Amino acid sequence: MVRVPRRVWTFYLGVWDFVVGDDWRTALGVVLALGLTALVAETSLAAWWIMPPAVLSLLALSIRRAAKGATRRS
Amino acid sequence: MSGAEIGLAVSVFLACTVEAVEALTIVLAMGTTRNWSSALSGVGAAVLALALVVAALGPALTALPIGVLRVVVGGLLLIFGLQWLRKAILRSAGLKAKHDELEIFREEAEAAGAFGGEPLGFDGYAFTISFKGVLLEGLEVVFIVLTFGANQKQVPLAAAAAAVAVLVVIAAGVAARAPLARVPENTMKFAVGVMLSSFGMFWGAEGAGASWPSGDAALLALIPGVLFAANAIVWTLRRTVPQASPEQAVASVAVEQPGSIRSAIRQW
Repeated sequence: MVRVPRRVWTFYLGVWDFVVGDDWRTALGVVLALGLTALVAETSLAAWWIMPPAVLSLLALSIRRAAKGATRRS
Repeated sequence: MSGAEIGLAVSVFLACTVEAVEALTIVLAMGTTRNWSSALSGVGAAVLALALVVAALGPALTALPIGVLRVVVGGLLLIFGLQWLRKAILRSAGLKAKHDELEIFREEAEAAGAFGGEPLGFDGYAFTISFKGVLLEGLEVVFIVLTFGANQKQVPLAAAAAAVAVLVVIAAGVAARAPLARVPENTMKFAVGVMLSSFGMFWGAEGAGASWPSGDAALLALIPGVLFAANAIVWTLRRTVPQASPEQAVASVAVEQPGSIRSAIRQW
């Protein structure tokens, strides 16, 4: 098995934390929503309407998870 | 100046002010408790490193085809913006401790004192902590300046807004000679989160091939829409979720953010 040097691993974790932050599900949701927009844009249908509800849903779900975590701890 | 350019300048200015206030607290703690010349050398080295990042990434970003640039940058801005907005909403709803610059200053000063050693001559501790603090806080600003600037072909405007923010914070810090505790950090983070999410949504969808009704004017609906939704979430949380005590909120920050900037500064 290849051993990843500690510095490389630390750098990777730093980049991950910087870009993705503490909620990877939201980051994944953004990528999926943009992918769906691209797919719909390829058809004759309008695609602009996908992002607003997707983004607001991702925000609400992320807050819901964080709020649940905060109340469980308190 | 167009509406999009004003939005760019305001977003960069606010984001940069927030990060500069946080960096200032760290540098002030090192300067006042350890050694000013070493702390300021750390700041200079970090600014140089950030300039190198801009010089390396700036041309690379602007060389990308506009469609690719918009979908990548839009997606990243959106991820960034939702992170800022999420934290700002949790703080507004009382579920997360607000940033307390005076408390952070006290902790940094205590840690600096506990590190020991006579801070005469060159002080490696003050240099390193100041360097890391400014570099890590500055990276977010560099990212926002480059992505906003490259997307609108307005890197100089974004850089100017960032420079004005840093100068304002430095001037205020020198005048106060204390951490800037009265800056409404959470309100500014809230505003930046709304702007980044809205612009990210707009550019991301355009880059993915969608056309917004009314073109750029769609931002005039997206920004108030995100702001309204975020405020509605805060209002709902305040009414439905039991509020955490300040101690619990602080504990939740410690549990939730093991990889926060400040812990990264210490561990790096």
